[in-house]
Amino acid sequence: MKPLKTLGYVLALPVLLVLLWWASTLGAVNFFVPTPATLVAKFGEVWFGPRFFSDVLPSLGRLLVGVVAAIIIGVVGGVLIGSVKWLRALLEPTLEFFRAIPPPVLVPVLILLMGITDSMKVAVIISGCVWPVLLNTIEGVRAVDGVLSDSAHTYGIDGWARVRYLVLPSASPQIMAGVRQSLSLGLILMVISEMFASSSGLGFTIVQFQRSFAIPEMWSGIVVLGLLGVAMSFIFQWAERNILRWYHGQKEVENAA
Amino acid sequence: MSADALTSGGPVSSAGRDRRQVRKFPVKQVLGLAGILGFLGTWELIPRLGIINERFLPPASEVIVALVRDFGLTAFWIAVVETMTAWFLGLVIAVALAVLLGFVIGSSDFLRKATNSTVEFLRPIPSVALIPLAVLLFGVKIESSLMLITYAAFWQVLIQVLYGVADIDMVANNTAKTYGLGRMARIRYVVFPTALPYLMTGVRLAATVALVLAITAELVIGSPGLGREIALAQSGGAISGMYALVLATGLIGVLINAVMRFIEKKTLSWHSSVRSEVIV
Repeated sequence: MKPLKTLGYVLALPVLLVLLWWASTLGAVNFFVPTPATLVAKFGEVWFGPRFFSDVLPSLGRLLVGVVAAIIIGVVGGVLIGSVKWLRALLEPTLEFFRAIPPPVLVPVLILLMGITDSMKVAVIISGCVWPVLLNTIEGVRAVDGVLSDSAHTYGIDGWARVRYLVLPSASPQIMAGVRQSLSLGLILMVISEMFASSSGLGFTIVQFQRSFAIPEMWSGIVVLGLLGVAMSFIFQWAERNILRWYHGQKEVENAA
Repeated sequence: MSADALTSGGPVSSAGRDRRQVRKFPVKQVLGLAGILGFLGTWELIPRLGIINERFLPPASEVIVALVRDFGLTAFWIAVVETMTAWFLGLVIAVALAVLLGFVIGSSDFLRKATNSTVEFLRPIPSVALIPLAVLLFGVKIESSLMLITYAAFWQVLIQVLYGVADIDMVANNTAKTYGLGRMARIRYVVFPTALPYLMTGVRLAATVALVLAITAELVIGSPGLGREIALAQSGGAISGMYALVLATGLIGVLINAVMRFIEKKTLSWHSSVRSEVIV
């Protein structure tokens, strides 16, 4: 009975909303809103064809490369800046300023510097996604437990071993919080970089549909982006659960006590 | 510049700390300033030494001159006002909607369970996915920006309000009930104070997101504001003007962060997290 009830809670509202949508498009044909059936048909037709390889995969590839590079740069830079006190004081105001620049304005700047290329789009994603990871890593490294740090020092754990076994684990909750932010930012920047100047990719295709008034196709593109966002958030939650298992366990123990 | 904006945020509450810093040599501030100057110096040198062509990356001095010139132009301020209007309206609409819905959903166990899957599904949808829809519905008007900003900011606030309302102390709530406080009075005196810190976090995050979306809408759709000016400057070849506008958006971002932190501090001055922060 219990799983059935849970399932009911999960499905009731979405089913209700789809029914509402279906009922409201039943009578008068609205130019802007397709019926659910049309949308599903168009969705299959548009996205499970050659377009999957020519537009969806390249976009995803750029997103993946950009986000992974941003995470690596952010973590390495963050550990470096976070561990050296004077470096942190030197760079912090400048970094805060860079973080405050809305990332989309970097699209025209990077087009100018690099031209309209794949590497430009990857650079846009990197330059936007790196800040949440970098600043969170700095915070995390800075907040390493003092007793742990001294103990490690006493046992002669220094250099790489210190980073690997002390600094990275204790900063990892913060790092994951940064990664979560930069994932959603990365998706936004991927779309924008393709909408602004491109001849392929998801963002370009959707804008193209909109400009040619192919309304159901445009909606199907919006659905693709939505599904992508949802999928990324699920993958992230799964990864976070695995990476931070010890942390959540520790939290539970602390809260129970 | 950014350091100025940050320290001028709370003249009253940080007065005590400032006095302490005067006695000590302000190493941190000096280093921070050196960092900014070093960055500007590097930027100045890269085009001057010809590492990157001056046509694509003008030296820092040129850009700063262009920025200062912008400060004297009416057109610049009109664009700033347009961007900030869209930002403010979108943020206010999003916060109002999210607070209303958040309190209604959050205070009912049934509604919370029933909406959970829908919220979790709609939340990660990137708001830029709505750009074509906004163009179709509203064209290059402020409504397009408002739609994107509201959508993006709404979820940030809603999630926080939901967490906040769920965090309510049952003992406090039951005590209020025993003392005969009605439903509205309990929302006002028990639920609202509990949720306020969460709400402020949500608003602070939403303010940043709203600026990003405001600029994006202007850049991609072409609704009036700083973003459109940047796109125009780039396609018109006014390169140092474009860099100046990019710097201006950064300054606005820093300013918004500082103002939001200040408001958070003021509204939550009674809360233990802020109180302890001030004492230490």
